[in-house]
Amino acid sequence: MPFRDITEHLRLVLAVSAMTLFTALAHAGNGATSFMLENGLQVVVIPDRRAPVVTHMVWYKVGSADEEPGRSGIAHFLEHLMFKGTRKYAAGEFSAAVAAIGGNDNAFTSSDYTAYYQQVSPDALPVMMDFEADRMRGLILTEEVVAPERDVVIEERRARVENSPGSLLAEEVEATLFQNHPYRIPVIGWMHEIAKLDREHALEFYDLHYAPDNAILVVAGDVAPDEIRTMAEATYGKVPRGPRRPQRIRPQEPRQDTARTVTMSDPRVGVPSLQRSWVVPSYASAEPGEAEALDLLAEILGGGIRSRLYQQLVVKGGVAASAGAGYRAAALDDTSFSVFAAPRGGNDLATVEDAVEAEIAKLAEEGVSDDELRRAKNRFLRSTIFARDNQTGMARIYGSLLSTGLSIADIESWPERVRAVTAADISDAARRFLPADTHVTGYLLPQGTVDQ
Amino acid sequence: MMEIETARRPVAILAENAVVTFVLALFFLTFPALGPARSAVDIQEVRSEGGITAWLVEDYTVPIVALKFAFEGGSTQDPQGKEGISNLMTGLFDEGAGELDADAFQLELDDAGAEMGFDAGRDTISGGMRTLAETREEAFGLLKLALTRPRFDQAPIDRIRAQLVAGIQARARDPETAARIAFAEAVYGDHPYARRSEGTPETLATITSNDLRALHSRLFARDNLIVGVVGAIDAETLKSELDRIFGDLPARADLMRVADVDPKLGHNVSVAYPLAQTSLLLAYRGIARDDPEFFPALLMTHVLGGGAFSSRLFEEVREKRGLAYSVGASLSNSRHANSLIIGTATDPVRADQVLDVIRETVAKMASEGPTEAELDAAKRYLLGSYAINNLDSSGAIANTLVGLQFEKLGLDYIERRPALIQGVTREQAAAQARRLLSEEPAVLMIGPGRPGDN
Repeated sequence: MPFRDITEHLRLVLAVSAMTLFTALAHAGNGATSFMLENGLQVVVIPDRRAPVVTHMVWYKVGSADEEPGRSGIAHFLEHLMFKGTRKYAAGEFSAAVAAIGGNDNAFTSSDYTAYYQQVSPDALPVMMDFEADRMRGLILTEEVVAPERDVVIEERRARVENSPGSLLAEEVEATLFQNHPYRIPVIGWMHEIAKLDREHALEFYDLHYAPDNAILVVAGDVAPDEIRTMAEATYGKVPRGPRRPQRIRPQEPRQDTARTVTMSDPRVGVPSLQRSWVVPSYASAEPGEAEALDLLAEILGGGIRSRLYQQLVVKGGVAASAGAGYRAAALDDTSFSVFAAPRGGNDLATVEDAVEAEIAKLAEEGVSDDELRRAKNRFLRSTIFARDNQTGMARIYGSLLSTGLSIADIESWPERVRAVTAADISDAARRFLPADTHVTGYLLPQGTVDQ
Repeated sequence: MMEIETARRPVAILAENAVVTFVLALFFLTFPALGPARSAVDIQEVRSEGGITAWLVEDYTVPIVALKFAFEGGSTQDPQGKEGISNLMTGLFDEGAGELDADAFQLELDDAGAEMGFDAGRDTISGGMRTLAETREEAFGLLKLALTRPRFDQAPIDRIRAQLVAGIQARARDPETAARIAFAEAVYGDHPYARRSEGTPETLATITSNDLRALHSRLFARDNLIVGVVGAIDAETLKSELDRIFGDLPARADLMRVADVDPKLGHNVSVAYPLAQTSLLLAYRGIARDDPEFFPALLMTHVLGGGAFSSRLFEEVREKRGLAYSVGASLSNSRHANSLIIGTATDPVRADQVLDVIRETVAKMASEGPTEAELDAAKRYLLGSYAINNLDSSGAIANTLVGLQFEKLGLDYIERRPALIQGVTREQAAAQARRLLSEEPAVLMIGPGRPGDN
């Protein structure tokens, strides 16, 4: 739904943290297999034979953080344009073929990856592979389709961002948090740059990045790995490698030394709220053990109703109506760790902020109990079993992790690495990565409220 | 940054079956479609010694059990002046039950490795549990406790109420919320569907633990209960679990009668607000789920604005003109009201143009109906989409089992469904287009005011 209060919004934004991204990683039990085609396409197969359904996804290892300066939004714009036809198939033919058999198709773009998928019955898989392999190098774009689609994207930005004070604030918090890395730029792009995107920009981006040697094929569902190999070789296997492309080395963050605030007042805001973010290592950029500790730290500090922030601020102290934390685990480069809270009743935002700070300080100084750590680990580990219940979820987990720099081996060893985290690792992570004096705090305020 | 994935199109699903109404009324209602073409699902009807019925799909692929249930009678049962009580109650089931206070209950639930959730819709209070098979007994024991002996302690009531009030206040200045409320009142008049199921700060303030206990004993009974179970459990075990979980509930619910209501059409509600987009919602006459012409209407609606990229509205509004990111039409079916909803959002200066395009597209459909080719494509979509939209997880299947029972579609519905779809003729679909789309709709516009607006 397009409108949510900031708390819900933040919860949504933060919800895709480690718990959801990493939930599937009891790899051995998943029966997932992986192989490489000669042209460099990595193929991952995750069998799930319970229902006659298969999820077919292609993940390109390119996202908005790989865009050239001044062309923000081109990765996402291209994603839209990928439905506009190829030398072999007319615009809309692929989607019509999916719809004709009751399938679903869609695509999505993030900072680090762009993915296309269909959910269909297994007998349609060869046809899906034919279409998807075809548009890997065969896209054709005319001015007639590009211009209206740019308007669609502009409307999409209005609907997602401009219409929502919480989204606007989140965008500017990111732009403030990341001072050098392109993660500071929104995936959908800045409005004034979207308006200038054109056909040539899109094709240039496409030619460089869309190729089998820059992609991962994930197939989950009612299939067997050997039949997938045959099908993939007959379709994707025929697509030539792409040109040499630069390594994904983005400008990295400098050392951060300041506390910054971003304040947004809007008449649509009814209840104030705050979020505070730090730049921290991701699974891909962390030293061994750091990301697992941050993951468990987010769970213990602010993951759900048994977390410290919720229990202390919402249940016991009663100063907050909501409070939590999130860690954006899957990212190629250093990422963000955030906490959020909104006051309850007549409490002001400063009181809530003080309480959040006190909880973080307490955790950093006094550490976590063995019981807290055991429960958090158990929740992570059993989530790996629950995750196997959803084939699309599994495909997304593998795709997002593999396209943000992790390997199958990393995924397989996740449960044991989680088990190895100690209570001292968690408080170390809090001290090192959540300093009290270096962070970005976003305030969402009803219009007319005095700044914090 | 990277968390905000932005997609080619919003996920929109057909509204073939209202399953259990979780969402607030009219807004872009999307429910999973029901009716698999070639499902591998083998549904057993299980009846316990105590007389509790459940539908079961046994599956041992993943060692988990998903149980979903619904009690007929949702927020429409909230007493006058206590609006929001069902919603408040569903926030309290994991806040203490039996001898366990909130803390103890949550810790035991965590140890049992189970997830439990409740939700108040307009027509049902629903809920479910997902547990590892190996800890099923502990988990179901806690579910029984929550369902039959909730404590409704004062401290959790105050806390959850404060959260709900904060949520209501947070949305109080949101024009979309204001518009939704105004629209519900305009369309439903004094019917309970026009009431705010989340309540207001004033109504929530009056609710006591005695009120909650009274409502609980009225709504949570065995004769208004529907259960669907999927996973690593056999029929015999399930029978005894059904009696254990639900057996202590009273035999009969005590429900207030809720009248059926025809949405009032043919008028405009507009909310002026300086937004970046104008949202448009058009409500037309709908069709009951048990109407023999339901499938012709469903197929026609799919051609008009269904989930695929190929709908007429998608083509006219988005593909040809780039006027909107999302546009769609769907049938909305509740227990007591039905409608056909079209929704979109656009650049305010082009809102009138979008409205004209929608009206023209609708008028054309009303006068001519779908073409044979369009109807064929819609049939193939609906036949194939069932398994994909309904069977891709245990939770989805369990929800489907509850939805099928709620709509009284029968154990054999899944087998009958393909023929029901295949048999629809173009004339039938065209007749439904005339029936549903000829009347002036109710129109909601939220956006910056235009010159001439009052």
